[in-house]
Amino acid sequence: MLSARTLLTRTARLSNARLNSTLVIAEHDDTKLAPITLNAITAAGKLGSDVSVLVTGANATKVAEQVAKVNGVKRVIVAQDEKLKNNLPERVAPVVVASQKQFNFTAITAGSSAFGRGIIPRVAAKLDVSSISDVTEVHSADSFTRTMYAGNAVKKVKSTAPIKLLTFRGTSFEPAKEGGSGAVEKAPAADIATDASEFLGQELSKSERPDLATAKVVVSGGRGLKSGDNFKLIYDLADKLGAGVGASRAAVDAGYVPNDMQVGQTGKIVAPELYIAIGISGAIQHLAGMKDSKVIVAINKDPDAPIFQVADIGLKADLFKAVPELTAALK
Amino acid sequence: MKILVGVKRVVDYAVKIRIMPDRSGVFTEGVQHSMNPFDEIALEEAVKLKEKKLATEVVAFSLGGPKSAEVLRTALAKGADKAIHVQVSDAEAGKLESFHVAKTLQKIVEQEKFDAVFLGKQAIDDDSSQTAPILAGLLDWPQALYASKVEDGGSGHMKVTREIDGGLDTVKVKVPFVLSADLRLNEPRYATLPNIMKAKKKPLKNIPITELGIDISPQTQTIEVTEPPVRQAGGFVEDVSALVAKLKEKGFVKA
Repeated sequence: MLSARTLLTRTARLSNARLNSTLVIAEHDDTKLAPITLNAITAAGKLGSDVSVLVTGANATKVAEQVAKVNGVKRVIVAQDEKLKNNLPERVAPVVVASQKQFNFTAITAGSSAFGRGIIPRVAAKLDVSSISDVTEVHSADSFTRTMYAGNAVKKVKSTAPIKLLTFRGTSFEPAKEGGSGAVEKAPAADIATDASEFLGQELSKSERPDLATAKVVVSGGRGLKSGDNFKLIYDLADKLGAGVGASRAAVDAGYVPNDMQVGQTGKIVAPELYIAIGISGAIQHLAGMKDSKVIVAINKDPDAPIFQVADIGLKADLFKAVPELTAALK
Repeated sequence: MKILVGVKRVVDYAVKIRIMPDRSGVFTEGVQHSMNPFDEIALEEAVKLKEKKLATEVVAFSLGGPKSAEVLRTALAKGADKAIHVQVSDAEAGKLESFHVAKTLQKIVEQEKFDAVFLGKQAIDDDSSQTAPILAGLLDWPQALYASKVEDGGSGHMKVTREIDGGLDTVKVKVPFVLSADLRLNEPRYATLPNIMKAKKKPLKNIPITELGIDISPQTQTIEVTEPPVRQAGGFVEDVSALVAKLKEKGFVKA
């Protein structure tokens, strides 16, 4: 019994020494983990090393319990502090750097969301290394693929940086499942200055529909909808399909829908099972955000619209007639 | 407040890019270039702040090959007071990483004492979206990324509304700070002909990068650049019932 345990400890220690370790910085809203962190954990696992997750925030302990149960997570590091409420990058970065000093990670990563893109490059600067953003494929511990030029060029790179600082595109990696039992420990103390920035508030778009970035089905509307009121056609169809709702930049700029619904190079990147583009011409910048969808359906009255070049199923029709018909047919 | 605005010369957004047959990169020679659209927005905001007397001077910055001077002239025509061109060769420019750009900006900020740096949220060629947060980290300044509204926050602060994944948030940052501009921050103005003429007389300072003592040795090597997989168009269906039948066939709709 005793010898078995000694052996176990020794094996654990050996494997610790042999394996590199990757840190994933968790994103959450104080009550639950953001889904993109689960994709990032899967991606981090592909680097061939142990995965640790850092949870920072005013209510981090609760989220850490969820993280510890995620498959593949060996260690959860918790920094709970009122100063870390809302996880401002100026305050989270020192915690990441302090953790790096203690644990010597070979890679520090996060999902490529507004949060991840804000924190990873800032930490990279502190560690004096070059970071790589929006990785879509991990080939080895130091070689990755990402896209450029609105997804029209795919670049494979090898990083010679002593520590890899990466953000992962959520839709390119499966979410990690439950089934882990990571050890939870406290993060090392960090000097968090609070005078430089302050969180004043947020205004989140409320919706009962599934989150756009992770929805299995997405219905998107474009300029062809002609008004915000007409977007009801899109919502009705989406509700029938249990779908998330997206939009083209044209629809957002025209004020039909809020900005956070924009799909494209400068908006969200989605890759659902089914993407239905309605009244969207299919500009390069829009295609960058949805062309990895499994099945693309386009409804447009212009048969020459570029969207039809990527659509698996095209319907040349007036959306004001076709969409209500389609919604009715799904009853 | 003295604002430095970073502008990048990139392949124009409307150009359909082509990959080089040897997979080393993207064809850029003889291709229409222009100012990165997000940088135009960052510049416009800086000029607006000057018009509102919240800023005293707006200086445009570009790091790049000889032709980067063109986008700096455009920036001057759109209201920048001065321009700084940190020069590298075209070959070196192609290998620069966000990290190097941020280090160069840091040097300029320290030499010329700026109070804010405005950048676009991403360059539409490499799509990295990194330079602003790296620079903020290097300078240890607060960062306001993806800005959609910029206001005076009182007592040496700015109030910035940001576009985040689920909507908007608002942060108050202490000056000096780094900002990155999102699409909806403003509508950039056009450079008028008289202003283009006047811009020719505005000062444009050239600094070879070697003078700044910045190490631009790469930490990321390009192995290859390839085309994305091409999707095949699946053709048209006649009407809505044919579409529904297809969706049933693929299992998206219960038969």
